[in-house]
Amino acid sequence: MIPAPFEYRRASTAEEALKLAADAGDDGKYLAGGHSLLPLMKLRLAQPEVIIDIGRLRDLSYVRDEGDQIAIGALTRHHDLVRSELLARELPLLAHAASQVGDPQIRHRGTVGGSLAHGDPASDLPAVLLALDATLVSRGPSGSREIGVGEFFSGLFETALQPGELLTEIRVSKPAQRGWSFQKFTKRAIDWAIVGVAVQGRQVALVNMGSTPLRAGAVEQALAGGASPREAAAQASEGTNPVGDINASPAYREHLARVLVARGLEEAASRA
Amino acid sequence: MKVAVTVNGRQVAAEVEDRMLLVHFLREVADLTATNVGCDTTSCGACTVLLDGESVKSCTVLAAQADGSEVTTCEGLAGADGQMHPVQLAFRAEHGLQCGFCTPGMVMAAVSLLAENPNPTEEQVRSSLEGNLCRCTGYHNIVRAVLAAAGDTQAGALAEVASAVSGKDAP
Amino acid sequence: MGTRVVRTEDPRLLTVGGVYVDDLRTPELTRAVHATFVRSPIAHALIKAVDATAARAQPGVIAVFTAEDIGEPPGPADQPTAEPLLAAERVRYVGEPVALVLTEARYQGEDAAELVSVDYEPLDPVIDLGAAATAESLLFPGMESNIVETGTAGEADGAGFDACEVVVERTIVNQRLAPVPLEVRSAAAVWADGRLTAWCSTQNAQMSRAVIAGRLGLEPPAVRVITPDVGGGFGAKVGIDRDPIAVAWAARHLSRPVRWVESRSENLVGMVHGRAQRQTYKIGGTRDGRVLAYHLDLIQDCGGYARFGPFLVMLTRLMATGVYDIPHAGASSKAVLTNTTPISAYRGAGRPEATAAIERAMDDFAAEIGMDPAEVRRKNVVPPDKFPHTTPTGATYDTGEYAAAIDKVLDAAGYAGLRAEQARRRERGDTLQLGIGMSCYVEITGADPDAGETARLVIDGSGSATVYTGTSPHGQGHHTAWAMLVQDELSIPMEQITVVHGDTDAIPDAIGTYGSRSLQLGGAAVYQAAVEVKEKARGIAAGMMEASEADLEFDAGRGAWQVRGDPATGLGWADIATQAGAEGLVADVKFTASQPTYPFGAHLAVAEVDVETGKATLVRHVTVDDAGKILNPVLAEGQRHGGIAQGVAQALLEEVRYDADGNPLTSTLADYAAITATELPSFELVTSETPTTVNPLGAKGIGEAGTIGSVPAVQNAVIDAVSHLGVRHIDLPATPERVWAAINEARAGQ
Repeated sequence: MIPAPFEYRRASTAEEALKLAADAGDDGKYLAGGHSLLPLMKLRLAQPEVIIDIGRLRDLSYVRDEGDQIAIGALTRHHDLVRSELLARELPLLAHAASQVGDPQIRHRGTVGGSLAHGDPASDLPAVLLALDATLVSRGPSGSREIGVGEFFSGLFETALQPGELLTEIRVSKPAQRGWSFQKFTKRAIDWAIVGVAVQGRQVALVNMGSTPLRAGAVEQALAGGASPREAAAQASEGTNPVGDINASPAYREHLARVLVARGLEEAASRA
Repeated sequence: MKVAVTVNGRQVAAEVEDRMLLVHFLREVADLTATNVGCDTTSCGACTVLLDGESVKSCTVLAAQADGSEVTTCEGLAGADGQMHPVQLAFRAEHGLQCGFCTPGMVMAAVSLLAENPNPTEEQVRSSLEGNLCRCTGYHNIVRAVLAAAGDTQAGALAEVASAVSGKDAP
Repeated sequence: MGTRVVRTEDPRLLTVGGVYVDDLRTPELTRAVHATFVRSPIAHALIKAVDATAARAQPGVIAVFTAEDIGEPPGPADQPTAEPLLAAERVRYVGEPVALVLTEARYQGEDAAELVSVDYEPLDPVIDLGAAATAESLLFPGMESNIVETGTAGEADGAGFDACEVVVERTIVNQRLAPVPLEVRSAAAVWADGRLTAWCSTQNAQMSRAVIAGRLGLEPPAVRVITPDVGGGFGAKVGIDRDPIAVAWAARHLSRPVRWVESRSENLVGMVHGRAQRQTYKIGGTRDGRVLAYHLDLIQDCGGYARFGPFLVMLTRLMATGVYDIPHAGASSKAVLTNTTPISAYRGAGRPEATAAIERAMDDFAAEIGMDPAEVRRKNVVPPDKFPHTTPTGATYDTGEYAAAIDKVLDAAGYAGLRAEQARRRERGDTLQLGIGMSCYVEITGADPDAGETARLVIDGSGSATVYTGTSPHGQGHHTAWAMLVQDELSIPMEQITVVHGDTDAIPDAIGTYGSRSLQLGGAAVYQAAVEVKEKARGIAAGMMEASEADLEFDAGRGAWQVRGDPATGLGWADIATQAGAEGLVADVKFTASQPTYPFGAHLAVAEVDVETGKATLVRHVTVDDAGKILNPVLAEGQRHGGIAQGVAQALLEEVRYDADGNPLTSTLADYAAITATELPSFELVTSETPTTVNPLGAKGIGEAGTIGSVPAVQNAVIDAVSHLGVRHIDLPATPERVWAAINEARAGQ
């Protein structure tokens, strides 16, 4: 219920955050909205010795139209993604998926950058950004770099971020194909997805079908080859490795993936 | 570390452990015990308060993160004359509480909902309360209470009330 | 009686919040130390050693206690009810308390508890309920097996089935549930001047006092138990667990006040669980729908200690035949120990299990003979002219209108229209199919009528009333309800009536609240006390007016005794109570009843099932819950709503699960699927009041009825939605995967 003791540091600029992280070394963790990290700490599954609060870096919270791309600050809260008129127009998949994350209280705190950095394959936004072919921008001790979202997730709760590296921005090209769908299957609305599917045009990504969010490559290939949504969806579990847990067996997850991909593609087509 | 939070309009400052949770700061430092702890996985919502006018689960916010912010708890909803807030009145009128343990968090979640969506449908009320568990009422009368509070109040008035207690501009 | 009155409890609860144990700021608890338990992480093991050296060295640690420090004599090896305050030589479930850490500050407790090192020698865990009775690994080595008790009611299995044209037999599950009151278990205690004062989140302060006194070797007058506001109980806070007793022991041992609040994760393994039965029903009858024989065989999981298991399954046997008039019927049971959290009362306590079984059996029988399930029920319910009705399993129902309940609920639901819609969707082969499920139930409330309940009513010289009630509300609104009764009888305004409960100094003799007994026993006691006070007042008023008692009448409009027809002579409560003396007007009542009462009803659930994913959504829930005369419809509806929600939760979502080694898999609220507002519709309640003659209020108990009726209605609805695909049964909870698997199995079988 109570985290193990730690030292709290607060950053007022990105530079300061990087410096505090460098000082803390392996003992430090960034804290944004805190709704991925603090729950782990309260159960003592994570015990960082130094917490660097980046929640006040307001200049990293924005949604901007940059011509052929949308730029989203990493510290933009889910709540603000939901309310963004720009996203509603240009990236409704992201705006809608953000409205499905957790509950209103969680959405008032959780950030898109925090969700990405956490690297949970059961989270909604990582798969969405994978379907959108996003580019992630980060800052580290040696400067800024861009990471394609396809290279970002390396394993269960593992990302390409180096120790102390700070996600600053997510860039998404405005999609050429406008049809979209987000299928999130749960027992209760509050739950993480048992399986989820994000569709933008003919790009399909899967929530909770492996140790990272996954592109449904076989489905996309089938679509490119002229298959119908139902035909393509039959390939949904190819290349996936879903777990069995108290919510679902692997076989049931594979079945759900096929059903949800079919529904997602059909819904996206109706919105195209 | 030193943390100073404005709680229900009153400055509360103390030297606390870095790991102190906002809910314990409210209950033990500010000595406001209406806000309750019901779980340890950010699931139940009994600890819901307004942080700078928006509902948050105070068990998953460090007191340090709320340093310099405004917090409104259920104790801060009633008017200066003691008159209950429209949401509190509606909960009473509709029997939206039984044991009362989830109630402060539920009320604050409802206040935040109505500030953002003054005229919700029943479905919207239910999904907005997905993060607030109640074991006694079956939610039936809670939903009626929130709809009644929405219906009884001008669309903007509740938003004004929420922002007045938090000190921020109404959206 | 019968009026809608909003609660007097609410302004305080809404504005400053209730005062639950962890909110107490009583001066006696100043500088209390905080208690944190060390709990077993293993389901079955011998305790070889406990090393608290590292823990004791932590900042703020005052003490670490083990069973050795408490020094209780070891429990007999053959007594499965013996729960030591702290586990001594053996642990029997994950979550069992093993050591107690006392720290100056709350946060230090978890830090120190983590460092207590316990050396366990694992023993074979007994987890599977089917295997527990014959398992070689014994939880109590002095016993012959893990079977605590066997029992029967009615006729033995086999009787009457030979005459049946149709027999259906099935083994089903009534799954283990976690009660999840929003307030976890908590207690505080202080030892001062030779007396122990304990604040407990309990449903029974007086029972708790007796248990604490007994366990700590104190005379009951040396113990005072106070029940502050309680954040939900549902049966799981009946009496007192070992943990708060250990807290009380520590307070005395240290001569310092001690406070304890568990975490939710602790609560999900440390607080008792509910239900957990494996059931085999056999139902037989004629092809035209008459049920002639029914047998129910039960295995009741007791958990690691035999707390309530045998009592619960006795109630299941007792209520096995439900509302039906079945010529040959019986039930048999075994209660067995397993290395899991102990099982105790949880809303319904043995009766939901009985209803779930017979209502599944009736639908199963209906499907077998191809008859509408409502029709089959109507053909078999006890007719209204056959009351009081004694069942083959030994229950005597007082009053009931079962067929009328069925008719009312079908009418309110628009049954014919629902069947038509179902047919249309089946014809079209829709992905979202419609299922209609029903239940007709009877349940037993106030099952310990000779234990009764107490009430003391005092009218003081100002004309105000104080009710000292033996009941122990934790959400039910007794303060409002008992004030209504006093106002009804004596015309004292509710604002001038105070209700007190749960302090053993103020109310030494009482039972408390469980089993839906409070209105019919506790309320009846309050009513009777009011009647007695009224009569005493008549006598005193007569003396004051120098008139004869027979010449006096009570003017209910003014709340005054007067000479008949002469309002000028009126004497109000203040005058009469002042005349009565320093104590005022007092009546002390213990109300007992001749027998329990049997509320009944019928539920109808409408579910939509997505046949591709298996997900079921409850779209409508219509109920008749008849608990006799209703005192306050607002409170009664609230109880029905809450009961229904917990039943829907059992039908669709909730389940406590363990792995094969006895490790809990649902030990946080992220994993245990407690139902939220999003999974529920608004409910449709139909009014029905068939009074009982057992008490002067004509009231039966309503607190658990909603839970009892709703589970099978929802389960039957989900199965009904896919019955056209060949599905005959889906176990509780009907999760999406279970439904999907049932559809696949049915398709494969065709």
